[in-house]
Amino acid sequence: MRYLCLVHMGPDTFDGLDEAGRRRLDRDSLNYDKELQEGGHFIAAEALEGPDNAVMVKVRNGETSTTDGPFSETKEHLGGFILIEARDMNEAIRLAAGIPLARLGRIEVRPIYMIPDPDRP
Amino acid sequence: MSQIESVWRAESGRVLATLIRLLRDFDRAEEALHDAFLAAAEQWPKTGIPANPRAWLVSAGRFKAIDRIRRRAKFADIAREILATEEEAQMPQDAEPIADDALRLIFTCCHPEIPADGRIALTLREVAGLTTEEIAAAFLSKTPAIAQRIVRAKNRIKELALPYEVPEPEQLAGRLDTVLHVIYLIFNEGYSASHGEAAIRTELCGEAIRLCRQLVELRPEPDALGLLALLLLQDARKAARVGPGGDIVLLVDQDRARWDRRQIAEGTELVRRAFARPPLAAYTIEAAIAAVHCAAATADDTDWAEISALYDLLLRADASPVVELNRAVAIAMRDGPAAGLRLIDDLLGRGELSRFRYAHAAKADLLRRLGRRAEARAAYEMALEFTEQEAERRFIAGRIRGLAN
Repeated sequence: MRYLCLVHMGPDTFDGLDEAGRRRLDRDSLNYDKELQEGGHFIAAEALEGPDNAVMVKVRNGETSTTDGPFSETKEHLGGFILIEARDMNEAIRLAAGIPLARLGRIEVRPIYMIPDPDRP
Repeated sequence: MSQIESVWRAESGRVLATLIRLLRDFDRAEEALHDAFLAAAEQWPKTGIPANPRAWLVSAGRFKAIDRIRRRAKFADIAREILATEEEAQMPQDAEPIADDALRLIFTCCHPEIPADGRIALTLREVAGLTTEEIAAAFLSKTPAIAQRIVRAKNRIKELALPYEVPEPEQLAGRLDTVLHVIYLIFNEGYSASHGEAAIRTELCGEAIRLCRQLVELRPEPDALGLLALLLLQDARKAARVGPGGDIVLLVDQDRARWDRRQIAEGTELVRRAFARPPLAAYTIEAAIAAVHCAAATADDTDWAEISALYDLLLRADASPVVELNRAVAIAMRDGPAAGLRLIDDLLGRGELSRFRYAHAAKADLLRRLGRRAEARAAYEMALEFTEQEAERRFIAGRIRGLAN
């Protein structure tokens, strides 16, 4: 089964880290991706730029409109994701617990929903 | 299924149990098991399946775990490095799998210090190898709820550093009960088919029997013998219990040729062994009752006097309104419906079983046999009110229709 691990973090998530700590976190994160890859668990992973650089898009009555990202400074936001393959939810939880950012932020583990074929009765 | 896959299916449970003992950590052991599987998938097609695949997998898993601890330590802070080295040093050097590791695992998973709702889920996942999603489907729970119970149970094991061992015979009292109870609940969930997907439920019965068998092999305590007997005797009648279309077939109407005779013989022999070592556990007496049913060539040949006597015994070992209800049904078979009806009316009058569907159904059946059709119909309607399971609802509705004309 596939699970999406969503890394949530707040504005103060990296407050306790100096430059060296931050570099170590990046290195640990890249290494963990590699480890997941070796274990056959890794499907995709990306870190995201902050919500300041986000734009919300919607289309109503054929017209595209945009606004700033929805998050205010004080709230948790999505900092990145890892899409993994795991035997079950508890394995996904174990793999999510290994993500280095789990020690600073929080990881939401969401099972991937298989959209049923809409053309089958 | 490929040969490697079938070796894997047969061995992974025991390999995990041994890895948990060697690595002293559920998560690390699961990771090591996965690594061992990857190593086998890569190497076995080239080298062939090793003579002792279990030992091979344990040793590969253990090696990979040590490797991981080393690699992680390299990038992390010094404290973790020290911790890892220390753990590595403590790791027992013999990687020979020991036969009773699975049993140790059951005792750890069913430890009285683990919350009761976590024991079953943890046992099913760690010992029986079911996935979180399968356990949730079988128990009609949400996957996140089951997943969290498992996480909490594992944390509890770690936090209390629960010993990973099968208690010695003199310490078994109390510990054995929770294990037997979990096995019994796992079987019942599969057998009573209250909800969930059919395939998983069948698997639950098989797993419960397998676990109980392991228990009996290492600790042949009379209570464990009794439970294994009960499970085998119930399971032996499984095929005859469900008719075409998933309808329920009552014991009287079952095609006894479809009962599993080999399993009945084994169960009956276990009952005999357990009866030789009193005091008798409730499981043992229930197994004896099942054995009497199984011994009858036809429903009419059933020795109801013997069954009634066994229910008297069961009532002394495990007094409960449900046992009283079953006893009333047996007495109705021995002495006639009126005698049973008096007992059931008393029981319902006490209120404890007033929402229990089987009490109303049993009463309805006796009234039907006495020719009191209107009262029988009213009792069946009460039973229907408290029944959620589809096949049971169809059965009761059929009885109500039969009384309408």
